This record gives sequence, C-alpha cells and structure tokens, in this order.
Amino acid sequence: MRVWPIFKKEMRLYFTSPVAYAILLVFTVVMGLFFYLQFSTFAMASMQGMMNPMMARELNVSDAVMRPLFFNTLSVILFLFLMPVITMRLFAEERRSGTLELLLTYPVRDGAVLAGKYLAALALYVVMLGLTLVYVAMMVYFARVEWGALLTLYLGLALMGAAFLAIGTFASSVTENQIVAALITGVILLGFWIVGWFSDSVGGAAGRVLSHFSIPERMDSLSKGVLDTRDIVYFVNLTALALFLSLKSLEARRWKG
Amino acid sequence: MIEVQRLTKCYGPITAIRDVSFSVAPGEIVGFLGPNGAGKSTTMRILACFMPASSGTARVAGHDVFAESLEVRRRIGYLPENVPLYGDLRVAPYLDFVAEVKGVGRAERRRRVAEVMERCLITDVQHRLIGRLSKGYRQRVGLAQAILGDPEVLILDEPTIGLDPKQITEIRSLIKSLAGRHTVILSTHILPEVSMVCDGVVIINKGSIVAQGPIDTLVDQFFPTARVEVEIAGPSAAVHAGMRAIPGVVAVQGVTVTDSAGRYVVEAARGRDVRAEIFALASQQRWRLLELRQVGTTLEEVFMRVVAGEEEVGP
Repeated sequence: MRVWPIFKKEMRLYFTSPVAYAILLVFTVVMGLFFYLQFSTFAMASMQGMMNPMMARELNVSDAVMRPLFFNTLSVILFLFLMPVITMRLFAEERRSGTLELLLTYPVRDGAVLAGKYLAALALYVVMLGLTLVYVAMMVYFARVEWGALLTLYLGLALMGAAFLAIGTFASSVTENQIVAALITGVILLGFWIVGWFSDSVGGAAGRVLSHFSIPERMDSLSKGVLDTRDIVYFVNLTALALFLSLKSLEARRWKG
Repeated sequence: MIEVQRLTKCYGPITAIRDVSFSVAPGEIVGFLGPNGAGKSTTMRILACFMPASSGTARVAGHDVFAESLEVRRRIGYLPENVPLYGDLRVAPYLDFVAEVKGVGRAERRRRVAEVMERCLITDVQHRLIGRLSKGYRQRVGLAQAILGDPEVLILDEPTIGLDPKQITEIRSLIKSLAGRHTVILSTHILPEVSMVCDGVVIINKGSIVAQGPIDTLVDQFFPTARVEVEIAGPSAAVHAGMRAIPGVVAVQGVTVTDSAGRYVVEAARGRDVRAEIFALASQQRWRLLELRQVGTTLEEVFMRVVAGEEEVGP
C-alpha cells in the first residue's frame, strides 16, 4: 500500500495553497477569543467562590472552561463550517482538474489513495486540535485540572472529527464541485447535530433511534469524562461507513457499463 | 506488447467504441488516428486502466487491463488529454511524488527525477509552480511524469496539442527518442506528425477501426497507383488521349482543363515512372510542357479516404 506518498502530496497541497493556513488561522483566532472569555468568566467565578465555599465546590475547569469552549453554539457553528472546508478539496478538485484520472492510473490501489487523502485531512485536524493544547497548558498553570475528563474530551473531539472528515471525504468523492462537496458535508453534519432535538417530540422507538444518532449527546458524556464504549463504537462505525462509501464511489468508475 | 481484442465501450445508450481490435509490437511507435469523438481517448483510458470496457479484452505487457490492473499500471506511463497536473505543486516535488507513487526507491528517486527532467528539458523550471508554467512546459512535465519509472509502454493522448511549431518539433523528437526503449501508442490528429514519428498507424472512425498497419502498406493499399501531376498547353482532348495511351497508365484526370491547356493527374501502376514518356509525348506533339512532377501520397490522403469512405479494411 503506497499511502505515504499520497499523504505527503496532500499535506503539501494543503500547505502550498492558503487553505490550511486559513483554516488554522480562523480556528485559533476564534477559539482563542472563546477561551479568553470562558477563562476570565471562570476567574471571576473563582474569586466569588473564595467568599462562598458552597459555590466553590461546584467549580471545575472542565465544566466551566473546556466544555463550553468546544460546545458553545458559536464554536459548534465554527466546527460545522470548518470541517467541510478541510475535506471539500480532496477528490472534487482532482475530479474537476482531471488529475484523478492520472492518479488512479498510477500503480496504487484506490484504497491507498483514499487512505492517504483521509489521513492528510485527519492530520490537519489533529494540528488544529493540537493548537488548543496551548489553552490547556495555560489552565494547568493557573488551575487544578481533571486529567481524565480532559483526556476523554479530546478523545471525543478526535473521534467526532474523524467521523466528520470521513463524511466530508465521501461528499468530496461524489462531486467535482468543491462548493457542492462542502454543502453536502455541512448538511449531513448539521443533520447529525440536530437530529436529537426531534427525539423528544417524536418519542417512542423512533425517538430513541433519533437520539442514538445524535452527536451532541455522545459528545456530552465523553466531554464529562464518561468513557462509554457505545460512544466510541458509534463514531468508529460512522467513520468506517463513510470511508467505505467513499471507496465504493471511487470504484464506481470501474463498474462495467 | 499491446493486444486489444473486440473492445467495446458503451456510455449508457451511446457506444463510444465497437469491436476494436489491434496490436502493437514491442518497441514500436503506433499512431492512433481519428477525427474528434472517434473513440481515441476512450480506448486509451481503457488501456491505461482508468475505466473498464463493456466487453472485449485488452492486454498490456501480457496482463489483462481489467483483471490485473495493478500489474498493467506498473508497466505503463500515461499522459491523458489536456495534461492534468497539480497547479499548486512545484515541478521537482511533483515528479518526486510521481516517482514515489510508481515505486521508485528513495535512493534512486533524486537521480531518476533529475534524469527525466533533463530528457524533457524542464530542468530550468524545476522550482516553479506547475500552474504558472506555459502550455509547452506543462506538456513536457506531463510527458516527464509518463516516462518516469521507465515504463515498458507509453500511452500518450494528444501529446502535441496546443503547442507552437517549435515546441511540437521538440516534443516530437523527444517521442522519437523513446522508440526502441518503450512501446508507444500516441493519439493525434496532426497527420504529418504520425508520418514522421510512427512506425504504424491505427485509424479509428465513429468507434470502429477502419484501417491499420505500417504507413507504407496503407498507402499502397489505398492508393495502388503512382501519380504524376502534369500541366500541358495543347489541345485538351488530344493531350488526354495521348497520355491515356502510354503503357501502364490507368487513369488520367483533368484538374483544370480548358480547350488549349490543362492540368492533369496521371495515375500509373505503382513502380512505373511515366514522366519521361509524358515528356517525350509532349515534345513529339509540340505541346508545351509547363509542369511535370511526381505526387507522393501522404497519410493525410489515406486518412481522408478511409474516414470519408468508411470502408472496413483488415490489417
């Protein structure tokens, strides 16, 4: 499997065009702002907590800073906006410019091409998440951190990102228009995000199914430090399914017709 | 080296190629000719394993393009029409990527890439973004990626399209230099190019092969006569009859004929040179001979006749 050269080429393309820089810049600036707001609010609350021990017991950085940092409405919107941008180029651009034809006639399996591209997107996402570790480092300096909750939060973010990027990769593989790819991804991700809202009103078995697919509910428990295999299996399955569909859509041209 | 048998490809209700069969011997350069939309690119895409045929088989270097696609892809270099390249990459890193994907080892890669750039005359642009290169350079980068890794078979789809005459000459001599070392199949609709570069041709029209073989054989086959163009000032009826009477002449056609002068094409059996006899005839009759020249048959004429006539001809 020649995944490595494909991966390297994709990384090079991310970083020779402004795409990666734009994504990283927007992400760090916005997240930095949120972190500043959350952390200063937390600092205020801590000072009040010194007068009020009952309130102080309720305070911890995971709940007060890290979770709101990633799961306030605005950062969710930022996520749903940035993830499709990371993946939209992967196949759509190659299809449009015709380079896919050349790439797929090199002695590499379709699976290796897919893996290389997907891993490159994942790597960019990991860099993105990695940049937020600066905030964690600052918190460690100023406050007492619950390492377990922090770890599951990042695990959850990584798993969620892996699934989102796989969905984006699939969307990019079915069209030759990057904007269309981004829109398809955005709609699917939004769907997974809000599907849980309807579970209560639908109720019954259908409601339980809906809430099963709801991503916020999965992330909620992971970000609180609850490591549930069901959540992990859910994200792994979603990722695998989306990648499988991407592979099939790549192979579709080889179907006899 | 390339064996294609009864290849058919349908896109939904449209049949792009039908029952295409031909073969290319090792080391040969074969021109794949046909008008636009004849099915050249479709055939080449199938040979390059980009898509499968609807029916029929194609074998490249002994491997089936569908069943052993990976084996075939290890042995081919492909240059698609329009030369798709990554505009955001620089030339040298791009070629390094291609070499790596083609399985050229790390130690050898730098040398192979440098060598290929040298051969394709792109060493001086190796640090530039491919997207900023001129069409001629892009074409050469495309050719460089195809010959990288020294594949046995090269499949080049319109390698000289859109180039200026100087660049065409350069690319042509580059392709010529590949003969022997590689088996090449190249499509084009610039016919003089084929006569200069190729050993044989395959002519395809409306999805079917209409003629194939070495160029000389095809010329003989479609134009079994040698032709001489004559301009004579003299009574046209007598001139016509006089030339027709020369032994070996099969036909005399008037191109522009008036009562007192005319331009004719005289066809004689191949190998017969009737120029001396025409001259003798003219001087004996005291006609003034204004022009007398042998007309070589070009591939272009064969092509026009074959494509217009659509007659099915075997190899």
